Amino acid sequence: MPENTELRYTAEHEWVLVEGSVATIGITAYAAAQLGDIVYLDLPDAGTEVAGGSIVGEIESTKSVGELFAPVDGTVVEKNEAVESSPELVNSDPLGEGWLLKVEFTELPELLSFDEYSALIGG
Amino acid sequence: MTDAPSSPSRFSPLDAVHRAAGASFTDFAGWQMPVRYSSDLAEHHTVRSAAGLFDLSHMAEFRVSGPDAGAFLDLALAGLLSATTIGQAKYSLLLTDEGGVVDDVVVYRLGDAEFLVVANASNREPVAAALEERRAGFDLVLVDESDETALIAVQGPASREILTRTEGFEAPGLDELRYYRSTPATFRGEPVLLARTGYTGEDGYELYVAPAHAEALWTALAAAGTPLGLVPAGLASRDTLRLEAGMPLYGHELSLETQPVQAGLGRVPALTKESFVGRDALLAGPPEGAPVLVGLVAEGRRAARAGYEVYPIDGGADAPPAGLVTSGALSPTLGHPIALAYVDPRLAAEGTEVTVDIRGTRLAFRTTTLPFYRRKKD
Repeated sequence: MPENTELRYTAEHEWVLVEGSVATIGITAYAAAQLGDIVYLDLPDAGTEVAGGSIVGEIESTKSVGELFAPVDGTVVEKNEAVESSPELVNSDPLGEGWLLKVEFTELPELLSFDEYSALIGG
Repeated sequence: MTDAPSSPSRFSPLDAVHRAAGASFTDFAGWQMPVRYSSDLAEHHTVRSAAGLFDLSHMAEFRVSGPDAGAFLDLALAGLLSATTIGQAKYSLLLTDEGGVVDDVVVYRLGDAEFLVVANASNREPVAAALEERRAGFDLVLVDESDETALIAVQGPASREILTRTEGFEAPGLDELRYYRSTPATFRGEPVLLARTGYTGEDGYELYVAPAHAEALWTALAAAGTPLGLVPAGLASRDTLRLEAGMPLYGHELSLETQPVQAGLGRVPALTKESFVGRDALLAGPPEGAPVLVGLVAEGRRAARAGYEVYPIDGGADAPPAGLVTSGALSPTLGHPIALAYVDPRLAAEGTEVTVDIRGTRLAFRTTTLPFYRRKKD
């Protein structure tokens, strides 16, 4: 499955787009396909402090519940309210309109490259 | 979300068709079966509005024939099968001596002395063992035909029209076929058992056919049905469809530890029969205060899922759970959470407010009568 090579990835099947000190976070197309139709998202509000590696939200599909991990330490500056009201955006456009959070970070941890993530999912 | 694919042991005779259609697969009772083709929500909605095509070839089939076939099934199963008429289908239960459920089955009467017992794939071995053990002294032939039988279901309001238009499919009895009846049919001259049964809460049909002809039949059904909106549908949609229809799933709502009456199936056993396996235990009934199956509904979008605990609303923070969810989903048709749960009988009255612990958060649900969804009869 193609993933955007501009992005960085985590082993928890999330993508990270870094612009200055803000990381935009979503789940990968692979993760969205594995979950199936997403019907509910629980995302942290703007202002929430998050710790890298901790669970900060939930992604529910018809069949299962996935956890959203914060890939970085920082503060949520925006959550995607559009996906909360239209969770299907995560399935239809996981790398675009289906983004989940913007987090302002101080330090960027080591993340996976496109090639490393592709190898992880057997692509 | 990254469970390693478990080693597949069984493949449907339709496996190549599913792979060509881009299905995602799941391991189900040792079978690699389609869980969805594209979107399980879309497949669910299409079954309610048009029709879905399901591969159920993993199901187990046992043919019982001979002079004592009816008497044998009356002893082996909880229902009165000998009283059925030829062509009739009947939902029944295979019980233990203790009244627990070995499996729930559909029995088709095919002739005066011939029946087909259809069991869950996961219970093929226990059902085979129980039938074998209970046949002693009866004059009959019992054959496990599971490996020689493919099963295709067409479910949804367009189903009948699809069958009518399917090239090579001949079913003289189709127009008169009533719900829970079966009739012999053919596909390109090969025998098909056509039954108006299903597990979706929608009108529909199930077609039993030899594996060698399954792919051609599937393809012909798809060709006839596509212009009418038919889509292939996977097991994920089948599960939400049956849940909306309030139908129990073995291993969730039914088990060796639950008596039929607890699952709301008290009318399935024919207690008027003098003898059947489990009868004494059913007459004694489950223990006082044994949990009973209820429907739960809630506002919002957060599903209560299998294994989540149910709490009384007035029990206080330290009160122990008073029930357990066995199946749950955000209902695609109704748009709100629905669940089946075994609860303390004191919470079973319709409209009782309870809470369900959804991963650490107690959310309000209330009990309701089943089914959650009932199709409009035409």
